Amino acid sequence: MTAILSHGISRRAFLTASAALGGGLLLGFPLSGQAASQGVASDLNAFIRVGADNTVTLVLPYVEMGQGAYTSQVQLLAEELELDPARVLYEAAPPDEGRYASPLFGGQITGGSGSLRGAWRTLRAAGAAAREMLVTAAAQRWSVSSESCRVENGQIIHASGRTLTYGEVAAEAALLPVPDAPVVKQRSNYRVVGQSLRRLDTPAKIDGTAKFGIDARPPGVQYAVVASCPVLGGKMKSVDTSAALMMPGVKQVVRLERAVAVVATNTWAAWKGLEVLNMEWDAGANASLTTQQMVDAADAALGRSGIVSTVVGDVDQTEMTATDRYEAVVRLPLLAHAAMEPLNCTVDLRPDRCEVWVGSQVVGRAQKAAADAAGLPLERVAIHNLFLGGGFGRRLETDYVTQAVQVARHVSGPVKVTWSREEDIRQEVFRYHNHSRVTVALGDGGAPASWRHKVVGPNIMSRFLPVYQKDGVDLDVVNAASGPYDIPNILIEYSRNEAPEGLHTGNWRGVGPTRNVFIVESVVDDLAHRAGRDPVEYRRAMMNSADTARPRAALELAVQHAGWDETLPARHGRGAAVFSGFDSHVGMVAEVAVDINGRVSVQKVICAIDAGYVVNPDIVRAQIEGGIIFGLSAVLYGQVTIAGGQVEQSNFDTYPVLRMREAPRIEVHIIDSDEEPGGVGEPGTAGAIAAVANAVFAATGFRALTLPLNPSDLRGV
Amino acid sequence: MLYNLQVNGAVHQADVDGGTPVLWVLRDILGLTGTKFGCGIAMCGACTVHVDGEARRSCVTPIDFVGGAEIRTIETLGEGKVGSALQQAWRELDVVQCGYCQPGQLMSAAALLAANVQPTDADIDAVMSGNICRCGTYGRIRAGIKRAAQILASAGEVAK
Repeated sequence: MTAILSHGISRRAFLTASAALGGGLLLGFPLSGQAASQGVASDLNAFIRVGADNTVTLVLPYVEMGQGAYTSQVQLLAEELELDPARVLYEAAPPDEGRYASPLFGGQITGGSGSLRGAWRTLRAAGAAAREMLVTAAAQRWSVSSESCRVENGQIIHASGRTLTYGEVAAEAALLPVPDAPVVKQRSNYRVVGQSLRRLDTPAKIDGTAKFGIDARPPGVQYAVVASCPVLGGKMKSVDTSAALMMPGVKQVVRLERAVAVVATNTWAAWKGLEVLNMEWDAGANASLTTQQMVDAADAALGRSGIVSTVVGDVDQTEMTATDRYEAVVRLPLLAHAAMEPLNCTVDLRPDRCEVWVGSQVVGRAQKAAADAAGLPLERVAIHNLFLGGGFGRRLETDYVTQAVQVARHVSGPVKVTWSREEDIRQEVFRYHNHSRVTVALGDGGAPASWRHKVVGPNIMSRFLPVYQKDGVDLDVVNAASGPYDIPNILIEYSRNEAPEGLHTGNWRGVGPTRNVFIVESVVDDLAHRAGRDPVEYRRAMMNSADTARPRAALELAVQHAGWDETLPARHGRGAAVFSGFDSHVGMVAEVAVDINGRVSVQKVICAIDAGYVVNPDIVRAQIEGGIIFGLSAVLYGQVTIAGGQVEQSNFDTYPVLRMREAPRIEVHIIDSDEEPGGVGEPGTAGAIAAVANAVFAATGFRALTLPLNPSDLRGV
Repeated sequence: MLYNLQVNGAVHQADVDGGTPVLWVLRDILGLTGTKFGCGIAMCGACTVHVDGEARRSCVTPIDFVGGAEIRTIETLGEGKVGSALQQAWRELDVVQCGYCQPGQLMSAAALLAANVQPTDADIDAVMSGNICRCGTYGRIRAGIKRAAQILASAGEVAK
């Protein structure tokens, strides 16, 4: 066995042999289909509770939003505890920014393709520590050495054949000191980890019993709907409630600073009330805001000098001496997340406590937001985090929690606030306009002698995760800005450009790499074309160092499965993309057909991924498949536009997303690896956008440097 | 007004405005939260239920419209042969991710299979393109429907 604890995480942060979880309010919340453990239970640490009745309950720090986090977390803990995953109970971790912090982000965050990467570091050690404590307790009971005992299927077995269940020694184990250096299992002994264990959340999600945030129905709940000022950042001026209050089922109208809520006996009645509200808004500073103004502002930021974040070699000198130079400006649009479950939050606010039912990627922040809005201390706020009907970065925000508590302050008893789809799209925390200029001095064979990339975008990390900045640079916005290539001279520069106040910007599936992979891979593809070279061969030539071995292997595998050299009919094309991101390495090839009207049909997408050691191969495949589909929606359709300060899109009719008839065949090839696990939730999205745009170039000769693809650019003759 | 509704084999009463969509009667009045709200304009299919065996978008189906018709929801999908075959296929292929759209996907798929025991890709695409999945499970849904058709066919063989 190998010792672990080499990751620099505070041991105390996650291994505490305390007997009480939460304290005061009951903050834990059993998931659907999971019976709470009966009788006395002992906490062996923050993640493992063993009942006297031998039930083992795992407390999972990463929320389930579709990415399979519950299943893979249970796999890791069950493996170290030598338990059958089918016989453990599990529940969502309560809010606690310390105990349940991701070691990647330093806070209780599920995002950034970080669940498995974080769990890999903390949960194996937690499981091993608990196992050692259980063994020690049994050994002490028997007055034998720990070394003469082993664990198997939830029992401690002595060499003599005597056995004790975990439950029988749990109380004693909980009193033992936490091992300084718990020894995790060797991978060669894994039974559960590394297997495509079926998802634990499937049964509840196919028979209607799974509870999402929107399904919370505390006794006596009333139903509220909201309308915020349609001009982003505007405020409520006046509202005439008389007609609404006469509508059947409508109970009250709540006026907030920037929104109005109608509370009724059911959601529909509340909407009918909202329809007849006579509202006047103070539009504020954004009354005449347009998309063009924001695009112009981002272009202007391209003209300003920014902060240099990466310097390799001497780009200035290389550019001066180069005989040929390439330059491209790439522009990315405003995007909505459009998760299937519209935002919602249910709140039961009492004078001395607040109970919240929600689906959040940031449970601790949700608690803080609710506490602040309620004017209560943190420990008086309980969060029941239910399944998330999609996250994609939108549920990293807590605006909808704050708003629901604000509504609840005016309502007697519990109230569920549900956003309409229109509200969900119009009151987004948007992926903002990111513009880039890439300047390349060309060397031998048209290869980049230098790479200068100026990235323009908001500094989201300054608000969202300040530790993820360095010297004024948002480290996400410049992530993957030069690709996985051996380029001798690199200069990455960041020019900050914030959205107008009132238009909120945030994280969107794939974050920095989703933007930069498209930018980098479009430029590289264009350079290959200018040099008259095959796009894959061109990339290969820049990937010869040890640092580029993993992405290169991924590219080679994708290309091999894609039949890269096979000829295609007219107006069909293949496009490649390769990148490293989220500690994973990805090669992708998309094949498209473009009809004479410029309509793009993605025929197939082949992805090869080196995600390090893989805990659950089928979940990795599912994440890549889903990430690709998410990327296809963006490259083909994704665009939010603003006129008069208002979002022009409102629902799936005006903000289309990919449907089944447009879904290509997808192949995911996983590369065997013993490296540390990489993230898999976002790479599919990043790769798909780039590969499809390159395939469209191959099919039509049109190089899209502005997204989404515009059919009028792609028409045939 | 007071409505007597046939839902999942039982009679339920709901005192609501006649224009109230079935979706909100199910979710807010009867507490059958398996049926999901996604868009409110029949664009996403998350709210799909069966009304007398046919797939309907419950978010745009007023309660007044269903009269004494039999409403079936995801909560009793597994009681039928087709539904239980679909659920088995969904488990075998691990179709779900976030799972929010899946009740609607399954109800649409069940109506498809009830009418067409061996659907082609084109048949599946035609019916299922009304159901959006943002997690991108389309490939597995397609495979799941075919697998369910296979399960039903082999059960049929056994019955013969």
